[in-house]
Amino acid sequence: MILPRRWRRGFGAAVCALGFAGALVAAALLYANSADGHGVIAAAIQRDRLGALAQMIIAGAGLLAVGTSYSEPLPEDHVAEYYALLAWAGAGMAFLTTASTLMTLFLGLEWFSISLYILCAIDAQLAGSLEAGLKYLIIGGFGSAMLLFGSALVYGATGALRFGEIAAAVQSQHLSHDALLVAGLALVIGGLGFKASAAPFHMWTPDVYEGAPTPVTAFMSAATKTVALVLTLRILVTAFPQEARLWTVTVAVLACASLAIGNLAALVQRSLKRMLAYSSISHAGFMLIAVAANNALGGRALLYYLIPYSAMSVGAFAVVAARERELNAPVTVESLAGFGWERPLLGISLAAFMLGFAGFPLTGGFVGKFYLFAAAYRHGWTWLVIVGVAATAVSLYYYLGVVRALFMRPTEELQLAAVVGGSPPPERLLQAAVAAALVVTVGSFFAVQPLIDGAKHAAGAIF
Amino acid sequence: MHWLTTALILLPIGGALLIWILPLQPFAVGSTALLVALAEVALWIDSVARFDFSRPGLQLDQRTSWFSDLHVSYHVGLYGFSLWLVGMTVVVMAAAIGYAFWAGRDRPRAYYGLMLLLTGALVGVFAAQDLLLFYVFWEAMLIPLYVLVGVWGGAGRLRATLVFVIYTMAGSLLMLASIIVLGLSQGTFDLVGSGTNGSDWIFLGFVAAFAVKAPLFPLHAWLPEAYRESSPEVAAVLSGVVSKAAAYGFLRIAISKFPGPTSDLRIPILVLAGCGLIYGSLLAFRAPDVRGVIAYSSLAQLGLITFGLFAVNDLGLNGAVLQMVNHGLISATLFLLAGGIERRAATGELARLGGMARGRPALATVLMTTGIIALAVPGSTAFAGEFAILAGVFRTGWAWAVVGAVAIVLAAMYMLRLISAVLHQSPGPSVSEAALDLRPAELGILVPLVACLLVLSAWPAAITDRSFGPSPSGLVREVLR
Repeated sequence: MILPRRWRRGFGAAVCALGFAGALVAAALLYANSADGHGVIAAAIQRDRLGALAQMIIAGAGLLAVGTSYSEPLPEDHVAEYYALLAWAGAGMAFLTTASTLMTLFLGLEWFSISLYILCAIDAQLAGSLEAGLKYLIIGGFGSAMLLFGSALVYGATGALRFGEIAAAVQSQHLSHDALLVAGLALVIGGLGFKASAAPFHMWTPDVYEGAPTPVTAFMSAATKTVALVLTLRILVTAFPQEARLWTVTVAVLACASLAIGNLAALVQRSLKRMLAYSSISHAGFMLIAVAANNALGGRALLYYLIPYSAMSVGAFAVVAARERELNAPVTVESLAGFGWERPLLGISLAAFMLGFAGFPLTGGFVGKFYLFAAAYRHGWTWLVIVGVAATAVSLYYYLGVVRALFMRPTEELQLAAVVGGSPPPERLLQAAVAAALVVTVGSFFAVQPLIDGAKHAAGAIF
Repeated sequence: MHWLTTALILLPIGGALLIWILPLQPFAVGSTALLVALAEVALWIDSVARFDFSRPGLQLDQRTSWFSDLHVSYHVGLYGFSLWLVGMTVVVMAAAIGYAFWAGRDRPRAYYGLMLLLTGALVGVFAAQDLLLFYVFWEAMLIPLYVLVGVWGGAGRLRATLVFVIYTMAGSLLMLASIIVLGLSQGTFDLVGSGTNGSDWIFLGFVAAFAVKAPLFPLHAWLPEAYRESSPEVAAVLSGVVSKAAAYGFLRIAISKFPGPTSDLRIPILVLAGCGLIYGSLLAFRAPDVRGVIAYSSLAQLGLITFGLFAVNDLGLNGAVLQMVNHGLISATLFLLAGGIERRAATGELARLGGMARGRPALATVLMTTGIIALAVPGSTAFAGEFAILAGVFRTGWAWAVVGAVAIVLAAMYMLRLISAVLHQSPGPSVSEAALDLRPAELGILVPLVACLLVLSAWPAAITDRSFGPSPSGLVREVLR
């Protein structure tokens, strides 16, 4: 922030990218060296492979988000703050994935949430950006309050803060039917549900995703979801194993609600960002299936799926950002007509991301869904498999609608005012980010074995 | 371990990638695609030469673990019958690509790349020996088809693709659920030697996917629009090859993995097949345009093939495989001819056609020959196939054979109506004197297809003796499990 104005953008982006790249490398090293998980810093955070893998995903998403952000027309005064906050939010998330006490849980959650509240509202000139920030602040604050209240109840019931000690206290004091504990558990699940944007805690998602600057949406959709779901898995499995019969059913119900609401609402969206927001709600549902399965296969499924999902999510919003800058208007499904032929790289990538979200083979989305359903079946819930399959069938309509708009509608249908000053020059960094996301999306289909091994070791930290 | 099957799958996919990456001129793109398709045919001939038809088991197989914790592997190989279906596929795809090259298509790099990708996926479906791999190729087949119909189709293409995709995906996702349940319950996704299963529900999940893609009555609502709106060569592939992937699925998975449910549910399936057979034949007789006749005849023929498969005896299975190859070639030839007719008359409506035989001997000869084979005149290969199917299904119950025989009479009616409405009668309003006979390039595409049919007519045993080894039903009962 102390740099001369015209250096800020480049310097900020470079430092932020270096930070994320460094975090990626550090997380990879941490992963390699943490075969046995153990608590550090007075056992407030848990150093294990689960956290390290999630940190790698977050750092990767952050790196792609920097590439997406570089050409975003942000107000010059705030560019430096933008990159600083992006890095700060990433750090908060990385901290949160390793939380192993109720204190660090809340600290980490607020750490990244506050950064994101500001990021959403950073573009004060963008209509809706301030509104998005405010909405996210109020509803997110409500979610945090729920989590805090729930934590307090759990602490009140068990007298323990560390996840492992909570489980031990429940075991030794026979608290598994204690009303205080169960109420606390429900509030904790609800609070995390807000962050993961699972129904019925999803109301903020479409407005915030639509209003926030698109690169911020890209980062949020991938990284926030990763951290919220990984943490949900960690806290439920390590702190509440005795209540598994309660929370598996609860999470399965949340998953079904998210699938139903996300998919049905996405069907009627015209704005692409809103559509992707509802699609992200439905994906929260898909991934909660893996959490609900409460077995090692489910953990593996969740951690595997987060890899292609994050890439697809950041990639899709990056393409939206590119189109937005071209048109200088919000992107609707209609305004994508002919885009695939005009910009083959971005068009093919967006089509691949859509097919990946829909779970078509040749993308990691297929393998991910396959593992999720397999985990649900292994838990003995064939009905959940059927729900997931039905939701996938519904989702095809809107995902393929985007592919149809990209390639099958002639450009002439698109009636737009000519862009003033011609098309902007191609954005190399954004294209590189999209290409990288495409490589991860497709590559994770072919390289299942190494990724699933990684996910297996990560999930092995808690199962 | 043998590389040949993998090469058959990867050659067209590699060709597709090559076309997408290299910045070639349109003409070079088309000729590269055609060369790759012909090389694929050559590769298939090589695999026929290496195939030992006296052994009934899996041959030219290759297996590599894909992800080990759920026991999913890349496992491909060929049986006798899949070898013939692969042959039919590569021949029809080469003809379709040749036709597109001759007719000219916009955005050639995308177009030919997708056609080659489709070839690879289809060969993969016939070669996959792992349930999940089968599903991967099955879906990979849908993506290029979706785009091929949706981008290069006629005016109503958007609606046609939407209906097509909704139908097929509804079936496919049920199959995915079945695959997960079956694979996890038996502990492996491998198709070879994994045993049988007795669950009616899992069986029905598979049947749903195959019945939509075939299609079986009453799941055929996507068929007429998809066949009318796509370009002729894509319609040829859809009706000639893609429908056979579904029939193959019935044979390879539904019948051989689920002997119990097959015999439980055989009657309802035969009833649906019989309905499709009669209903499709009647609709074909009433269809107002050339493509309508071929499209509905395809529905009828798939009903007949299903008859043969679900008879589950030597004659029925042999006849069904022969008829799959026959119908693939016939249907592709007819759709490509329909494309030629539409180019000349700018319409496919039978009322506006007629009298095209006069002055156009080549067109008349090719259409007449194909039509005569299609209506199963004795001595033709379709006669051999249909006779074997009827004889096979007769063992199940004489009434089925009666239904089949009636349908064959109906086939003669609609085929002769088509021939007479296009070739004979007085020249229709859309047929101008200036419309040319088939050009040498078109003949170069169609004659090999007809020649294949004539060779099979002379020697149907080339397929019937070399699909299953000595005992087809024994193979289904023992080896395919």
